[in-house]
Amino acid sequence: MNDVAVRFVTRADRELRNDRVRAAVRHTTSLLAANRSTALDGLADPDAVRDSAHAIRRRAIDTLPQLLDRWAARATANGIIVHRARTAADAVRVVLDLADAQATAGHSPVRIAKGKSMASEEIDLNDALEAAGHEVVETDLGEFIIQLAREKPSHLIVPAIHKSRFDVAELFTTDAGRPIEPDVDAEAAYARARLREAFLRADIGITGVNFAIAETGSVCLVENEGNGRMCTSLPRVHVAIMGMERIVDTWAELDVMLALLARSATGQALSVYTNIISGPRRDDELDGPDEVHVIVLDNGREAIVGTEFDDALLCIRCGACLNVCPVYRNIGGHAYGTVYSGPIGAVLMPLLRPDDPASRELSEASTLCGACTEVCPVRIPLHDLLLRERHRDAPGDASRLRRVTFRLWSVAWAHPLSYRISIHVVRAILRLSSRVPKLARRAPGWAGAWTRDRVVPRVRR
Amino acid sequence: MPSFEHESPALTNVLPTCLADTLRPTLAARVLKVLARHGVAATIARRTTCCGQPAYNAGYESEARRVARPTVRALAKSQGQIVVPSGSCTAMMSRHWPALFAGTADETRARDVAARVIELSQALAAGSAPPAAGDRDKPVAYHGSCHLERELGERDAPRAALRAAGHEVREPTEGYLCCGFGGTFAVKLPAVSVAMADEKLDSLSATGATTVVGCDLSCLMHLEARARTRRLPLQFRHLAEQLTVRGDE
Repeated sequence: MNDVAVRFVTRADRELRNDRVRAAVRHTTSLLAANRSTALDGLADPDAVRDSAHAIRRRAIDTLPQLLDRWAARATANGIIVHRARTAADAVRVVLDLADAQATAGHSPVRIAKGKSMASEEIDLNDALEAAGHEVVETDLGEFIIQLAREKPSHLIVPAIHKSRFDVAELFTTDAGRPIEPDVDAEAAYARARLREAFLRADIGITGVNFAIAETGSVCLVENEGNGRMCTSLPRVHVAIMGMERIVDTWAELDVMLALLARSATGQALSVYTNIISGPRRDDELDGPDEVHVIVLDNGREAIVGTEFDDALLCIRCGACLNVCPVYRNIGGHAYGTVYSGPIGAVLMPLLRPDDPASRELSEASTLCGACTEVCPVRIPLHDLLLRERHRDAPGDASRLRRVTFRLWSVAWAHPLSYRISIHVVRAILRLSSRVPKLARRAPGWAGAWTRDRVVPRVRR
Repeated sequence: MPSFEHESPALTNVLPTCLADTLRPTLAARVLKVLARHGVAATIARRTTCCGQPAYNAGYESEARRVARPTVRALAKSQGQIVVPSGSCTAMMSRHWPALFAGTADETRARDVAARVIELSQALAAGSAPPAAGDRDKPVAYHGSCHLERELGERDAPRAALRAAGHEVREPTEGYLCCGFGGTFAVKLPAVSVAMADEKLDSLSATGATTVVGCDLSCLMHLEARARTRRLPLQFRHLAEQLTVRGDE
């Protein structure tokens, strides 16, 4: 077996042994999956809405360059400063330069309040900002928790899904320097006071983007805690980072996407806050930032457009596929070792990082059960994409032993007679090995992988 | 209801599947028996091997093609429908064979066969109503396999067949969750696979039924192997086995 495969197996096994994490993840994903199901049933014709959402997203990807240009022209006319970032480093550079400008203007150290943004996680923005001496506070409650734990999000929507209230109390106690009880209300009260301070002091607010709207040059940001609204209105500078594919043409299209996003993510008909940002504060307005910057992030996306895999770019990051994935439910997000986890992570990472073996191997993180495909609001054929990735990568990535195994098997089963003979051989082996279970458990390779925790399959007459 | 034979003069062919050949050699005969009861005259297809799915799902297309080719050619010589006692193999043949053999000499054959393949419970539903069942109201837990339910979209036919045979059909909670087999997944990520089996076995046990029925030997083999390790009092039967159980078997 090659080293890469060992690495994912090892991470998955380690997470599996953590009963507390597994219980927390199973509990929350089951809840979210059930909520989603109920919420979708609340739509008059959920299948028609999903078809329509698929068509909208498909059109956006098919006309991406034109759509982005149209959006950028309007946004610029509105006073938004648009930056295009080809790589993660380019995007980080833009933010660092903006922070430096604040420092030069006398606001040092530069204080940054961040809303939830997977794109910023993708480019490891916090590490870069802190290394440059800036102060960053994550203001989404879940993100705040994992920032204190110095971890990465383990779920698209619920970044601290793996943390219990006891874990949170420990983290908050350390942060506060006084005991915080493992009580949800006490924890929320502490976070509220702590984060309010961060909002009021922030020089820069950084957020993600759920959808850019080409028609008016706006960006839409949905959230449930109000922290996103704070980050986009209180600081002098607002920086929004969006994956380049996260765009729709019109408000009518946005309406369709919003009807599905919160329902698929948490089971809400609409998230508590839907923020639409169309430009900086105008002269006649009281609130709002002086500058609004939007960073359009490529980082491997454009190369996927036009390939047989580009349905992966339809994703609206609702997390529904994670909640129904039996693999994700058992190992959680950290086992994947990448910023995006679950089925969409397993599909996306081998595409975004085609040269990284640790990302490529994630197409193995599935039984191809298709539960993900069934719930995807924009109808991404997730498990078919995983299969196509295996077809693309597996033969080249596999160890020599594995390639030879499949080759020998295919030769043996290429003729009815040799097939018959080999079936008899296999039956004999299974019968014999079931008589010596202790020996069977110590068998090497795939045989031993089966028998360690499962008996040898019973052969009947 | 008219008998199926009159509508289709060609004899229905049954592909036993490689797992049945290996683990339950009598399954194909039981399939013939059940089909006959539903008015479908059938025969076991000869000179077939496997559908190629183990290699195909692991990423090895040329190996999958090599293994599936004799099966494609053997079945292409037949006429009428081809019944497969596995949702997974049926999905492989009907959904993936046309793409797998595209551009090869067997493309037309693969398309022809793909269009005629039907899963066992679907064939039963399309056949005539079976003779009235005796008063066997023994509850069974039904495990809906992923490829049958989602690739083929078949949820009703197996349950209906069990009810027609007089069974009370019980559903495990979160029944859509995979049992963790997944072909080579079961040995590439064995601990995850076992954790998934355990979750499924717990919900099957909670139904109170001691017999678990499914339409895919692969899931049943996996669940049984784990259940026996845990010494759970569950027995696992393929639909064709459950419908041909004799007496107190």
